[in-house]
Amino acid sequence: MLGSGILKGLAVTAKNFAGSFYDPERMATVQYPEERAPLGEHYRSFPLLVCENAADPLGTLRCVACTICEKECPPQCIYIEKSKDKKPDATGKPQLYPVIFTIDTAVCMGCGICAELCPFDSIKMDKVFEVTATNRFTGLLLERDQLAKSNAYYHSIRPAEAAEVDARLAAERLAAEEKAKAAALAKAAAAAAKAAAAPPTTPPSAA
Amino acid sequence: MESLEQIRDRLLARFPGATITLVPNPGPAAEHTISLDNAHAFEIARFLRDDPALQLDYCSNVTGIDWPEKEIVETKKVSVADPAGGPAKVVEEKTKRIEPGRLEAVYHLYSMALRHGPVIIRLRTGNRSDQVTVPSLTPVWRSCDFQEREIFDLFGIVFEGHPNLRRLLMWGDFKDHPMRKDYVEPDDYEWEPTPHAEVLERAQAHYPSVTPGVSAPAQVEAKP
Amino acid sequence: MSPAAPTQAPAPFGAPSGPTVRTVTDAFHGDLLEVSMGPQHPSTHGVFRMDVTLDGEVIVKLKPVFGYLHRNHEKIAENTSYLASMPYTDRLDYLCSMSTNWAYALAVEKLAGQAVPDRAQYLRIILAELTRIVNHACLVGFLFNDLGTSFTPLLYAFREREKIIDLFEALSGSRMMCNYQRFGGCRIDPSPEWLAAASRLVDNFPRFLDEYERMLTGNEILLARTQGVGRLKAANAINAGITGPVLRAAGVNYDLRKVDAYGFYSRFDFRVPLGEHGDTYDRYMMRILEMRESVKILQQAFRDLPTGPIMDPKAKIRGFRPKAGEAYGRLESPKGELGFYLLSDGTPNPYRYRVRPPSLINLTLLEEMCLGHTVADAVVILGSIDIVLGEVDR
Repeated sequence: MLGSGILKGLAVTAKNFAGSFYDPERMATVQYPEERAPLGEHYRSFPLLVCENAADPLGTLRCVACTICEKECPPQCIYIEKSKDKKPDATGKPQLYPVIFTIDTAVCMGCGICAELCPFDSIKMDKVFEVTATNRFTGLLLERDQLAKSNAYYHSIRPAEAAEVDARLAAERLAAEEKAKAAALAKAAAAAAKAAAAPPTTPPSAA
Repeated sequence: MESLEQIRDRLLARFPGATITLVPNPGPAAEHTISLDNAHAFEIARFLRDDPALQLDYCSNVTGIDWPEKEIVETKKVSVADPAGGPAKVVEEKTKRIEPGRLEAVYHLYSMALRHGPVIIRLRTGNRSDQVTVPSLTPVWRSCDFQEREIFDLFGIVFEGHPNLRRLLMWGDFKDHPMRKDYVEPDDYEWEPTPHAEVLERAQAHYPSVTPGVSAPAQVEAKP
Repeated sequence: MSPAAPTQAPAPFGAPSGPTVRTVTDAFHGDLLEVSMGPQHPSTHGVFRMDVTLDGEVIVKLKPVFGYLHRNHEKIAENTSYLASMPYTDRLDYLCSMSTNWAYALAVEKLAGQAVPDRAQYLRIILAELTRIVNHACLVGFLFNDLGTSFTPLLYAFREREKIIDLFEALSGSRMMCNYQRFGGCRIDPSPEWLAAASRLVDNFPRFLDEYERMLTGNEILLARTQGVGRLKAANAINAGITGPVLRAAGVNYDLRKVDAYGFYSRFDFRVPLGEHGDTYDRYMMRILEMRESVKILQQAFRDLPTGPIMDPKAKIRGFRPKAGEAYGRLESPKGELGFYLLSDGTPNPYRYRVRPPSLINLTLLEEMCLGHTVADAVVILGSIDIVLGEVDR
């Protein structure tokens, strides 16, 4: 019968219309500002820089200004200037730190390659997606202090990954401390051996 | 499918005057190619399509490649006899030669009927400036139509015999060929080829009041 | 009759460089109307333009105009490393970034002789088939939008697409710009919960398809508007390099999943649907049937998914430098044959990087398919070819 296909289609539409009031399978949307769909574990928006201490974000950045992210960034949106002096990093080794670290979020496409390649677990992807700025040039150019987020915040957005990173860093720090201790012991032993071997008349050298 | 050597030998037997060379591919993919001369390329392409053993009825991909002029320095060790009669010295001799630049079009051919392939053929231009013509294979495989236009647009290879050789992606007034290795990028990417100034001028002619700094003529309201 | 002298109407104020509507006189047809459809026409799925010459309402000439979304993707890729091009490939066909990623990874792996572990191969097939479902569901929805069925089928399709896109987001971090494949494997191993959710979705999908088909396939308006419209002959389609569902709708059995059997497709049991008439209705049915076959492949993949690493241990993420050589890798993307031609000279950047865009080449015969039909049919034919302008213009 001509028109039966249309009637069948209309029956489906009616079923969907009624179903959309009670069947969660047919309700695809949420009332956004009040309700929010959950974000996945791996969701990514823009990069952030992890720091150890929220009270002193710029002093405890994990970033050592190796510029790997700057070189590998596909749209070239990262700009880094290295420091002249060194200070201890997360594992206690003296390292450089970034004097200038800016990300142009107008250019950044959120691909996550910087976070994937960072060997120091410093640059990670944030989950903030409601980003606005009143000025499209300076407002979207994020400086070091705007990018720095505490480790606690990183734990709050990506618990599994952050715990794994912390365990690895702690192991590295322990290994470094043990190595330093062993080196100090060896040094002391060598100095003692030297002192024992040397004749007592000479003054002790500044070992 | 026959090997590339067999195809070449068969082509040489069929087209005695043609120069057909194998271009080896040193990479792990080992997709070797055959390079054709421009005089016979069209006939050979038609033969490849219609030959019952090959039936390469489907030209999948057409690519341009730019090979700019390259200076190659070769160092050769030459032993030079000492004029004083001592032992011969080994001297490094450097010879410079300039490899001429050229443009290249690469066609990837497959057979849908016999489900084999690829046979890859290359066409080369004489240089990069004035001898940039190669025969178009669009009359043989229609799928080359847009792709050859794109190569003409981005590389500047002129395909002789193409039914509609115009720029494909860049606009008509554009001058250069952006995919060439020596293309100089413009300083200002934001510039658009739309007639801003012209439109603005016309807008001023139409609506004098919108011109900044010029006040609109006073409207005299008719009183009842 | 006087010789063909185009009577040009004066360009309207503020018009772009080419007139959008003007009258021309043809010695054969008489008075014709030249209309520039697009680039801002809603039915062109982006910024695509057709210069159509009309005799009344019937198309006598149609010239596609490209380049409005051109950003020279190939040049960008030649100036960056191999890895940095991976997120750019997402932007080619932005509806199917997972399979575009795979096509690029496939070409680079061929270029470098890189092996891929079994689990990654299965994951790639799972994601590529999910992408095929997303693309075909969207396409059918948009096709009905072009037919004038304002939004109901499209939104039903989008509802299902949304569920798959949510899965992509949970796995790769982004809904559409997945950036998931790497040379020698995949980036993130899916959790068992993710696999369970995906498997559940796939098992429920045929129910949606049944309902969708009940609503649409027998619809008299669809039949009247699509059957016999935009016919494509098999010989012409082969010669014009048309691939994918458009080619198979014309009855040519050429599916790279069977022909090349890239990845692990040879281990899967599925059939290739073929059309008979090559008209718009066959192209619509091809999509529906391919979605059903994709569900079959996905169910087998979830059943057989092995455990193990997802990255080859020899794979190099940073400082990737393939040996000099060239390779052409291709796969069956939802739109047709998507190929990447790469030429390496041993440096970290490709010397030549070329995308073989199925959307662009499938448009080769657009004029032949539209001639003799009305403008409204041209919109439907364009919709049934399935183009994404990110890939057409690159």
